[in-house]
Amino acid sequence: MEYLIIFLPLLGAFIAGFFGNKFDQKYSQFITSLFVSISSILSIIVFFKVLNYGYSNNLLISSWINSGTLNVNWSIKVDALSSLMMVVVTLVSALVHIYSIGYMSHDPHKPRFMSYLSLFTFAMLVLVTSDNFLQLFFGWEGVGLCSYFLIGFWFKKKAANAAAIKAFVVNRVGDFGFALGIFLIFYYFGTVNYNEVFNQIQTLNAKNINFLGIEFKSIDLICILLFIGAMGKSAQIFLHTWLPDAMEGPTPVSALIHAATMVTAGVFLVVRCSPIYEYSELALNIITVIGMSTAFFAATIALVQTDIKKIIAYSTCSQLGYMFFATGVGAYNVAMFHLFTHAFFKALLFLGAGSVIHSFKDEQNIEKMGGVYKKIPYTYALMLVGTLALTGFPFLSGFYSKDAIIEFAYLRGNVTGIYAAGIGIVTAMLTAIYSWRLFFKTFHGNYNNLEVKYEKVHESPAVMVLPLIILGLGSIFAGFFFKELLIGNQSSVNFWGESIKFLEPLSEDHPPLWFILLTPTIVTLSIPISYYLFMKDKSVLENFTKTNYPLINFLKKKWYFDELYSYIFVEPCKKLGLFFWKKIDGLTIDRFGPDGISNLIKGLSIKAVKFQNGFIYQYAFIMLIGFSLILTYLIIK
Amino acid sequence: MNFPIISSLILLPSIGALFLFFINSKNITGIKYVSLFVSIINFLISIYLWLIFDQFSYEFQFVESRVWIKDFINYKVGVDGISILFIILTTFITPLCILSVNSSIKNRLKEFLIAILLMETLMIGVFCSLDLVIFYLFFEGGLIPMFLIIGIWGGERRVYSAFKFFLFTLLGSVLMLIAVISIYWIAGTTDVEELYKLGIDPKYQNLLWLAFFSSFAVKTPMWPVHTWLPDAHVEAPTAGSVLLAAILLKMAGYGFIRFSIGLFPVASEYFVPFIFVISLIAIIYTSLVALMQDDMKKLIAYSSVAHMGFVTLGLFTFTQQGVEGGIFQMISHGIVSAALFFSVGVVYDRTHSRRINDYGGLVNVMPKYSILLMVFTLGSLGLPGTTGFIGEFLILMGTFKKSFLVAAIASLGVILGAAYMLWLYKRVVFGELTNQKLLKIIDLNKVELSILTLLALSIIFFGFYPDPFSNTYSVSVENFINEYNDKLNNYNLQNQ
Repeated sequence: MEYLIIFLPLLGAFIAGFFGNKFDQKYSQFITSLFVSISSILSIIVFFKVLNYGYSNNLLISSWINSGTLNVNWSIKVDALSSLMMVVVTLVSALVHIYSIGYMSHDPHKPRFMSYLSLFTFAMLVLVTSDNFLQLFFGWEGVGLCSYFLIGFWFKKKAANAAAIKAFVVNRVGDFGFALGIFLIFYYFGTVNYNEVFNQIQTLNAKNINFLGIEFKSIDLICILLFIGAMGKSAQIFLHTWLPDAMEGPTPVSALIHAATMVTAGVFLVVRCSPIYEYSELALNIITVIGMSTAFFAATIALVQTDIKKIIAYSTCSQLGYMFFATGVGAYNVAMFHLFTHAFFKALLFLGAGSVIHSFKDEQNIEKMGGVYKKIPYTYALMLVGTLALTGFPFLSGFYSKDAIIEFAYLRGNVTGIYAAGIGIVTAMLTAIYSWRLFFKTFHGNYNNLEVKYEKVHESPAVMVLPLIILGLGSIFAGFFFKELLIGNQSSVNFWGESIKFLEPLSEDHPPLWFILLTPTIVTLSIPISYYLFMKDKSVLENFTKTNYPLINFLKKKWYFDELYSYIFVEPCKKLGLFFWKKIDGLTIDRFGPDGISNLIKGLSIKAVKFQNGFIYQYAFIMLIGFSLILTYLIIK
Repeated sequence: MNFPIISSLILLPSIGALFLFFINSKNITGIKYVSLFVSIINFLISIYLWLIFDQFSYEFQFVESRVWIKDFINYKVGVDGISILFIILTTFITPLCILSVNSSIKNRLKEFLIAILLMETLMIGVFCSLDLVIFYLFFEGGLIPMFLIIGIWGGERRVYSAFKFFLFTLLGSVLMLIAVISIYWIAGTTDVEELYKLGIDPKYQNLLWLAFFSSFAVKTPMWPVHTWLPDAHVEAPTAGSVLLAAILLKMAGYGFIRFSIGLFPVASEYFVPFIFVISLIAIIYTSLVALMQDDMKKLIAYSSVAHMGFVTLGLFTFTQQGVEGGIFQMISHGIVSAALFFSVGVVYDRTHSRRINDYGGLVNVMPKYSILLMVFTLGSLGLPGTTGFIGEFLILMGTFKKSFLVAAIASLGVILGAAYMLWLYKRVVFGELTNQKLLKIIDLNKVELSILTLLALSIIFFGFYPDPFSNTYSVSVENFINEYNDKLNNYNLQNQ
């Protein structure tokens, strides 16, 4: 069964990729969707087996790399953590496949698109079911590659190509840290298998390593390096710049890869390595700080963006920040819970946004939308569900998971915990504001689009709405139904088992009542406030923008990260490359090396030729000089 | 004595070349078929050799020894788990080169194929010589056909490039010849197996090591004696570039294993920091240079320098992972760089331009080509699931055991590698088709498709399942490292 789950998408990708154009294109759409759907049903069955019977398995497929003591296998590991991820990945993927049939209906390259989507699903499944770091790394780069293909899917668009390369290269920067982390693990444990590493982890407690003259605790360094990899994949601050640009890809891709699955791989990595992270206080604190900074910073940028997909992209960035600070305060299961609910409502929002974009004939600017809620009622209703769930409106799925994160941060009791909780609440408010801004500007107010006539705006076909409805149901109920199972007091015994390690059991206390009520109240109050600010009386905001122009501009320019990186990294690399090539290779090595030698010989031989001119007196003169020189030398000696 | 299988491997291409000599040069199909036939037979023999090769022994196998000059030089050849893979690489790439001449070589086809076949003899000879003099002859002999291939069938600046190539390599080889002669005076033999047993007096090792190094460093090529390579590649015809990148560069890497490290362990240990530094420079420096190239062949040539930088780094870690990674990286680079140069050759034959800016949007007209080039690009940037990854990763793992810092800096090269390869691919393949000349360009023909598909499949297959290679070399490498450590320990004990 596990084999089918993983290899069906690969098979679908092969069929669509190599034979898709030989038949009618709808067959490749059908086959890939069917295969991934089967895979998702099987994943759900496996998940319930894990849930009910505590099923776990570690299948060995074949050996991969063998070198000395390094032995790496291709394997499928099924436990609570990976079975949950399998459900998320295959379910969202199946829905996105089906949705794409409608969304890509006018594209001439459907088989290629479906093939990439299925290939991505395969790589993601390989990633989550790995039992060692190297196979994880394979999946890690594999999903990165598919993301590269899919961002650059419209290969004629310049921006899409640039974004694709940026995504790959920035991820490689993260992978640089990740790879060093793996080397360090191998260096200390002589293996890269999870279980073997986790079992030996305590032997590492007292060891230190010197890097660039600084003494690190080895375990801290391992954790930080792995986290750098996670930061790249999950678009955390400093390595986030690729994610907003990645929105150049088709919208279903954004929903699947850049919201529900691939970007959560970083969170998955940290949770998977909880047996290591539990021993590193320093790394956990760093994760908390990075996570909450990302949550806050991305939310502030989302406030002023006008591209509907970029707003949701920054929102994803911000929500990933929440997941990280949940892991940072040791609440790994809560992070997974938020990952789970987030997959539903964020995929819903992206696909809903796709539906909106589809109805507006590829318009993405929210300033050019508005007033269409009656024309596209299903999309409208489903976007409303998604927005409510994202903002954490009471009793929808986001409410359970996000509030739990803030509460656990508060209960952690240390300084970073309290601080993170505070930032978490502020960010929740910002989230509510930008989400409602997006919602109101898209659906309410006046109709602002000049290119598409109001009458022409139309609802998307059923094949697109149906997946949205399923995701909508998930966004409403997933939190309520899975709360007890995933983050309840008994969850670590009943469900997680060995897959997540808690050094100390999570606090079972409850924060004071005022604290519990604080976030939902703020979130609920944000709705009328946003409506007032963005719809009723725009003058307040306009005045604010005028008086605080530098601040707004700073946000609009996304904190100037792109400019900064271009100035620090990209340009100097290009300049250095040119300098090495022209000045050192050309003007130094070649000039004094081969060219120099040949010129020297040429010059000497020309002189020698001149010398043999046939005049006796010249030869005699030279002989005389030579003779006197020898004599002088002999005399002096 | 058994059937001299190694000698037949060495001699068969030359016999084929001799045969070609007597065919009328107008009979083009005949010439092609004969040379192709010979090279494929040679490939099959080498596969047979691989099958009957005993993987569990580190001894040299199929050894043949004949007296050439009494009490001085023996003709001695044999293979171990390391060299056999290079022989297979050679016999695998050569038929592909011969297949590719169809569209790229227009004049003097017969002479060209003779040169290629002679080249094959010499290259195989290098990888199985077990006598220093024999090795030297094969190693330097390779210079001549390559010099001719560049100088006669090359592009516009072929003469300059050919001489540059010659000048650089000659410089190193003279010193190596002196070293070979000195070894004979010091140890009384040039038999490699004997020399392994006897060992060479540590007090001579540093100088001898430097002499060998000067030859290998040029051929590898290492920074700063790499500048001949981009020029040679740019001017060489496709088949020449392929042989140069895929196999000629590996002769030096192989030389480091067999001779520099094998014969002079004490000196090798002494020079480790030096090798690490210039390898790192090669990786970072040439990656940056590659980023800025506007000529496809130059870009790939510079990337070769960077990849070979990884190889030298790995070999001189003297760890199982590092050395195995170095060997694997050489095989992998042999396949990947051959594939990349074939790919450049494909479009060059059609447009006669290597400038990246003359391309763009090829995916619109050459979909098959685009897919295959993507596989090679990924192989080159070391994506897991391709052979490129395994080599690089093992090397870095081995390096890490020696020095955290060196491994970290070398890893930066991996980021740059992704940047320049993807950027190249984007500029050539993606985007709108702007150059009008490209509108009529045709996709791969059957021969090109089969060459490139074969290479692509091997990159992926061995990327997922490298065991056939790693099983072959692992025992030999293990023994190699043990011997190295033993010799070093002995030396240290004596000096205490």
